[in-house]
Amino acid sequence: MKLKKLVVSLVTILFAIICMFLVIQNMPGDPVETLAAEIARTENLEMELAYAKAKSVLNYDPDIPVMQRLVNYLGGVLRGNLGTSLAYHKPVLQLVLGALPWTLLVLTISLTLSFSVGVLTGIFIAWKRKRWMNAALNVWQSIFGSIPDYIVAYLLIFLFAVTLGWLPARGPYSAEVTPGFNMAFIANVIRHAILPVMAYFLTTVANWTIGMRANALTVLGEDYVTYATARGLSQRRILVHYVGRNSVLPMITSLAISFGFMFGGSPLIENLFLYPGVGYYLNQAITRRDYPLMQGMYFIMIVVVVLSGLLAEKLYAVLNPRLRER
Amino acid sequence: MVNGRRTNRVSGLRAFFSVIWRNPLSRTGFLILLSFLLMAIFGPMFIPELKSDYANRLQPPSAAHWLGTDLAGKDTLLQLILGSREVLLVAAYAGFFAVLIAAVIGIVAGLQGGIVDRILMLITDVVLTMPSFPVTMILSMVIRITEPLVFGLVLGLWSWAGLAKAIRSQVLNLKHREFIEASRILGLSKFNIIIYDVLPNLVSYIAVNFISIMKGAITSSVGLMILGLVPFQGNHWGVMIQVAISQTGALMGSASMVYFLAPVVCLMLFQLGSYFFASGLDEALNPRLRA
Repeated sequence: MKLKKLVVSLVTILFAIICMFLVIQNMPGDPVETLAAEIARTENLEMELAYAKAKSVLNYDPDIPVMQRLVNYLGGVLRGNLGTSLAYHKPVLQLVLGALPWTLLVLTISLTLSFSVGVLTGIFIAWKRKRWMNAALNVWQSIFGSIPDYIVAYLLIFLFAVTLGWLPARGPYSAEVTPGFNMAFIANVIRHAILPVMAYFLTTVANWTIGMRANALTVLGEDYVTYATARGLSQRRILVHYVGRNSVLPMITSLAISFGFMFGGSPLIENLFLYPGVGYYLNQAITRRDYPLMQGMYFIMIVVVVLSGLLAEKLYAVLNPRLRER
Repeated sequence: MVNGRRTNRVSGLRAFFSVIWRNPLSRTGFLILLSFLLMAIFGPMFIPELKSDYANRLQPPSAAHWLGTDLAGKDTLLQLILGSREVLLVAAYAGFFAVLIAAVIGIVAGLQGGIVDRILMLITDVVLTMPSFPVTMILSMVIRITEPLVFGLVLGLWSWAGLAKAIRSQVLNLKHREFIEASRILGLSKFNIIIYDVLPNLVSYIAVNFISIMKGAITSSVGLMILGLVPFQGNHWGVMIQVAISQTGALMGSASMVYFLAPVVCLMLFQLGSYFFASGLDEALNPRLRA
């Protein structure tokens, strides 16, 4: 792996943490003061005690110099102490670990789906070279490339949840099932994931198709494909082994990149569906001025995005023999 | 010498527009964007301040109100036209700031090279890696967004990185062409070279990116409003969508569906126009994409 990429990743994570820290420093109003007042009210503590408690909860003491506070905070992060959420009264780490699987679930399903459908249709269109298929693809891309995914989500909710009543539009599962490893629960979770997955799928699938079509068209023009045809290999074999493999390779990198990209866009979709993932909690934290939670959710978001970028690099190196280090 | 350059630039501009016009895709996009622009500039001039009229709340479309009325009895169509100015203004500011930052960083990094280049590119990579929407969400909390200019700045602050990298590589590409070497040998200043030799060659490229940054800025601005993070007074389409969803139950099948759909359709049309314009222009300017 290139060293530069690793340095950029580490700098990004560090930069993101420091940025968030400084943002909180410059927040209008004193967060400790606000929190202390709340603690004093809800827990019936004296202001002095409440203030001390607020300082420890926020891991923030205005009397210590900024640099020292930053070092304290970074130390906490390294030890896995992300603070305590003000709104949920739970450790931030616990909330982060609870939210992550939901976001990963929806993103993994929709990305797998749109990637595989896109790759298959892309290679098919390139192979067939039919005018109407290209036209249909362009129309699809024009429509779904212009509607933001959250608007698509609204329309899906209106159509499938409100008008037809086929699918649930809120939450990760219904109240009547017991979470656990049982069929009823899993089926329920899948039903709840359908609409968010569809919103992502509809808006991204054409990108994969177009990318794949372009790659496949290039590969189809290569000499080795002509040679393979001349050797009388079956169409199926040429498509799968020659065209397919060589045109999918360059798309692997974009797979990881778009995973990071979708992760960053998750607040909108997750809020519409009240889906308790990372994006949902990030928005909750921002609107409720819950600084530790905000920092925690933002931190995990950055880490996932950076990791997927690194993974992209790694995968590309592994899959592309020309780049493999000798 | 300078005169020659000026005529060059004028003919360059003419060539630019003829490129747009020749391609049916970019022509369609151009016409869509132009009509939105005209609507945003001239529309509000003919519309008086909208007054609430609670007797006529949430009316369906009629001859008097082509697109019906909203929660407070204001005409939806008129709001849409008033809103177009704010939508476009916010997006244009975002595009302007992003292009400005990208051009400065890209050109300086490309021309200067060395350690300056390396530091600037590290910053660019970091910005590129951090997901922009969450950053914008957080920024919108710290920076109090009170007017289109500030909103545009917040949106533009995290959308320049990709363009900066592209401009840098264009500059590296241009750097060793004869005409720039010639200017350098003539002893012209770096500033002079940037303004007269480098920038004109990047104009069409920057224009394409300006449009796509605007497209992205509109998506994010409406998104931030739907999340309720931008308490923006006015007629921005995002406010209309947010009000339609949260206060009139537009998705529950009430009469306000039109009030919800009107800004959504406008949003789509604008995005479609930007998409056509940018991809048509890309096709015309980028010989590799030509079929």
